Amino acid sequence: MNDQHKTHASIELIRRYARADAIAGEVLWSLESHLESCPSCRARLAEEVPGQAPRTAALVDRTWEALAPSLTTGPPVPRRGRLARLAGWTSPAMLPWVVGAALVAVLAVAVDSFFAVPGGRPLVLLLAPVIPVLGIAAVWTRSLDPAYELVTATPRAGLYLLLRRTVAVLAVVMPVLVVAGLTTGTSSVVWLLPCLACTAVTLALGSVIRLERAAAVVVTLWSLGVLAPGLLTSQLPVAVAPVAVPVWGAVFAVAAAVLMLRARSFVRM
Amino acid sequence: MARVVGAAETAPANHAWEIRAEGLRVAAGRRMAVDGIDLTFGTGVHGLLGPNGAGKTTLIRALATVLRPSGGGLELLGESVSGRVDMRRIRRQIGYLPQDFGFYRRFTVREFVEYMAWLKEVPKSGIADAVQHAIEKVGLADRADDRMKTLSGGMARRAGIAQAIVNGPRILLLDEPTAGLDPSQRMQFRQLLRGLSEDTCTVVSTHLVEDVATVCTDVALVDEGRLVFQGRAADLAAAGSGTDSGDSPSERGYSALLARHHATGEGTR
Repeated sequence: MNDQHKTHASIELIRRYARADAIAGEVLWSLESHLESCPSCRARLAEEVPGQAPRTAALVDRTWEALAPSLTTGPPVPRRGRLARLAGWTSPAMLPWVVGAALVAVLAVAVDSFFAVPGGRPLVLLLAPVIPVLGIAAVWTRSLDPAYELVTATPRAGLYLLLRRTVAVLAVVMPVLVVAGLTTGTSSVVWLLPCLACTAVTLALGSVIRLERAAAVVVTLWSLGVLAPGLLTSQLPVAVAPVAVPVWGAVFAVAAAVLMLRARSFVRM
Repeated sequence: MARVVGAAETAPANHAWEIRAEGLRVAAGRRMAVDGIDLTFGTGVHGLLGPNGAGKTTLIRALATVLRPSGGGLELLGESVSGRVDMRRIRRQIGYLPQDFGFYRRFTVREFVEYMAWLKEVPKSGIADAVQHAIEKVGLADRADDRMKTLSGGMARRAGIAQAIVNGPRILLLDEPTAGLDPSQRMQFRQLLRGLSEDTCTVVSTHLVEDVATVCTDVALVDEGRLVFQGRAADLAAAGSGTDSGDSPSERGYSALLARHHATGEGTR
């Protein structure tokens, strides 16, 4: 080491400094300015500290220990897991239901293409508006979701998470329905609005009674009011006729408004 | 290991107690499971003791804000949560491990804790570090990338504690965390509990008196939805005498207090 100092502090002075003994002001001042510029005296001071001032040494050790993790570049923290990111949009408990809903749509298309009646009513058209509801039933459901209580207690629980999951359901089911509608030559407009309206009604009703019950109510009403008459009679039910579209628009608006008003309903068990 | 410290954490506390209940009544189904409880919990580890069916789980659920109180007042971190308030801010500061804690079996430990961190609105940039820290704290670092379904009961419970502490909560609620653990796992758990942050208000419900006697700074004893006793663990032991049933001073104190409560209950009925 290149030492430019001619004189150095005595070991006795360094020990007194380490012990924090009283040292005259001018001596202390010159010692500290010397230590600042003299590596060898700093090294001697560092050697003396554990013996002369164990508590200071312990404090330094503790501080090092606390700082160490942020100073060393430890093993890289892994990226967020794939499943955890996916879970932001859909709970694993929903997956079978969403897949089930998509399968129902595919089956309806298959039935339509194999047993098509000329001028008949496509099954897809009769079923499409309630198919997403099957997926919605599992969006916020205590009996289906093992982590229901954990999730419900978090700050993100509530309408925000509910709508994210609803979007996920629609994102899976809607493309299937659109393709189904194209293959059977049905206009998407006549079922798109009933579809959104049924989804919104389910959620709004689910803020009052449990969501799975709300879904059951909506599916039952649809089956009795639209599906059964559509299958049993030769007429196209008025609910899926073009004239009903504005009515469904109004239903959707009302249900969405109710849902907004009851936004805080999905945060308790 | 750097955890993001929010402004809310460093702000001076303007409340005397982390948890304050006054005449708290909470219904579980039709039964009033918590029937007029007054208690205050500050920082430290608090044991919530009582026989099965005493109302411990219902009380903890109310503290976790997943059940709405039917009556009385409940303040968490100085804010009332009994009315229709937005609970997001308070929930960010709560860690909760439910009694029957369910999880997604296909998630790895890390994915599970990450998902919970996201639900608890831990800032995105801090999630990876917070998750790693929580997993290390419960001693699951070597199993972090194993699926949840491969964990033993005790390890799954530790993963549950990791998700509870991942957001650095100021109120930590653990409902029967030692249920189903063997004696050595229970000892590990107690050690883990001692190592948790000192400036947290931790509430541990249990029906095992020894859990409480060894780690808790104080004890609240509930029976039939009412508070029978609140005091230091030593006072619990002092309440019993040689004639009371139990294998340790704390157990004798526990049975003496319960017997006294039953006797006064019969007397007033």
